[in-house]
Amino acid sequence: MAQGSEFVTADADALSNESAAARRRVLERTQLRSTPGFYHRAARKFMRNKVSVVGLVLTLIIIVLVLGAGLISKYLIHQNYATTNFAEQYLPPFTQGHILGTDLNGRDELARLLYGGRVSLMVAGVAALATLVVGSIVGSTAGYFGGFIDTVLMRTVDVMLSIPAFSLLILIATLYSPGPVGLGLVIAFLGWPGVSRLIRGEVLGLRSRDFIDAARVVGASNARIIVRHIMPSVIPIIVVWISLAIPGLILTEAALSFLGFGVHIPTPSWGNMLSDAQQSYTQSWWNIFIPGMTIYITVLAINLVGNGLRDALDPRLSE
Amino acid sequence: MARYILRRLLQMIPLVLGITFLTFAIINLVPGSPVTNLSFSNPRLRPQDIANINHNLGLDKPWPERYVIWLWHLLHGNLGFSYINGTPVLDRILTVLPNTLLLTGTALLFAFIFSIPLGIYSATRRNTLFDHLVTIGSTAAYAIPTFWLGLMMILLFAVKFHQWGLPALPVGGTHNLRGQSGLLDWIKHLIMPAIALGIVSLAGWTRYIRGSMLEVIRQDFIRTAEAKGLREKSILYGHAFRNALLPLVTLIGLTLPDLFGGAVIIEQIFAWNGLGRLQVDAANASDYTLVMGIVLMFAVLTLLSNLFADVMYAVLDPRIRYD
Repeated sequence: MAQGSEFVTADADALSNESAAARRRVLERTQLRSTPGFYHRAARKFMRNKVSVVGLVLTLIIIVLVLGAGLISKYLIHQNYATTNFAEQYLPPFTQGHILGTDLNGRDELARLLYGGRVSLMVAGVAALATLVVGSIVGSTAGYFGGFIDTVLMRTVDVMLSIPAFSLLILIATLYSPGPVGLGLVIAFLGWPGVSRLIRGEVLGLRSRDFIDAARVVGASNARIIVRHIMPSVIPIIVVWISLAIPGLILTEAALSFLGFGVHIPTPSWGNMLSDAQQSYTQSWWNIFIPGMTIYITVLAINLVGNGLRDALDPRLSE
Repeated sequence: MARYILRRLLQMIPLVLGITFLTFAIINLVPGSPVTNLSFSNPRLRPQDIANINHNLGLDKPWPERYVIWLWHLLHGNLGFSYINGTPVLDRILTVLPNTLLLTGTALLFAFIFSIPLGIYSATRRNTLFDHLVTIGSTAAYAIPTFWLGLMMILLFAVKFHQWGLPALPVGGTHNLRGQSGLLDWIKHLIMPAIALGIVSLAGWTRYIRGSMLEVIRQDFIRTAEAKGLREKSILYGHAFRNALLPLVTLIGLTLPDLFGGAVIIEQIFAWNGLGRLQVDAANASDYTLVMGIVLMFAVLTLLSNLFADVMYAVLDPRIRYD
């Protein structure tokens, strides 16, 4: 026993007297044996899931197409999304230069689809971002500080969760007619309680971990602990949440525009394209089919990506 | 348990107050009063007339005071009069409420009845063709936009079937307003909206039940039941499913408000004479008394469904005590 403790003290002395070069050598040796980090492993697991990769490719294609709406409509298909031409109403796809046909006003469907995608995705993006910001601030504050702050914040969350969201959305959209960004913010205002509950649960679990205590002992302020130590562990949950929430936000915006409350005509949005097409059931069923199919494919693709991310990032869910 | 229910019902009151106050504030913080639109339709309206209308409708008082007046009338069962046609708001709401409940209830029932066997069977026959079909189908169906599905169903079953000479499903309204209308007629009108409304829930619950059953089946007490020699059906439905049912009930309670929101769109598409459609019409016509009444009704429905989910949870799980 005495010999063992001698060995330990000798080693400790050696380590403390080590030069910087020797320390570097030790680090290099450990790095040679190092295993891939958490995100590397997650990325590889995601790539192995073929369905999610298909979803990711589809999503990227849609994003590229939508972002390049201006370029595509000007140079590739030579159509303008806003010019009406009543001589060319209700054309079926692939006639007279309109790849996807025309709507009731003679406007090109494909161009409107691309520009409409911009609006829909922008509303969904703004809503997701705003929901995330507010929800994480509230959730992490409630989870970290606990006690009275937690009770007050969670009571507020409960109250906001019992508001009939869709009714209030319709009301606000009618009265204040917000543009796409405003609409996104309003949707976020009604949707942040969901995320905050999720984040609060996660932060509660992390709060009692040793490394948080260690950080506090070293003298880190509360803000620093939350931002630099707790948040990185919450990121996987947030990523999964975003990828599963954005389809819902796209659907919400489309539903609102469909009812006439979201984006107003003539600005195209996938929702109000569907609403316009309601007048032409008998004449041009593709006007109903195509925008809806686009919404469906987008939502499905992002859902598949979200499923894949959840399987890759959340270790508790892997079987 | 009765005390718990009573306490929750009492807690609902401040919540409903808060929601109605928020709605009232949102309506009244818009610049201009609800009466400003009147001057557009009648250019000969004098400012004095507008002032008279404002005074008669009580609109010249500050809005917090008007909120208290509204509450006072509410306690007497008077929800005010609709701006559009002057009929009492309560009557208008109560006329259409049963239709919405019928639609939402049928959709719920449809989703519930079909998701349980689908989820359970695909969990027990894991990795078979059936399971793969169900999983792919439910993932695909989960992403469908309900309004698009409704429109496509109308396109196929009503328009195209009619064009092709096949028997077509009727569209529009709850029942045939001309001629006779019996139970069959109501059912024919109800099928498409209910299915369109219920499919997304069906897909979600099937996936959830499947996952939940997969977890439960692995547990020890299932192995004990099998060792005892019980029939598979008895094990599945009597033991495994009972335990998988609990989180499902919570999920149902949480998705009920979404179902009411979805009903708004479906009612608009199928011209179903319900609360959602009334709300859209009221919002479009700036009929604020009606809007307040409808928001109140939806808030009460949402809170009641949350309460129902919690009570069901306590009923199904004897370990849970709420007092």
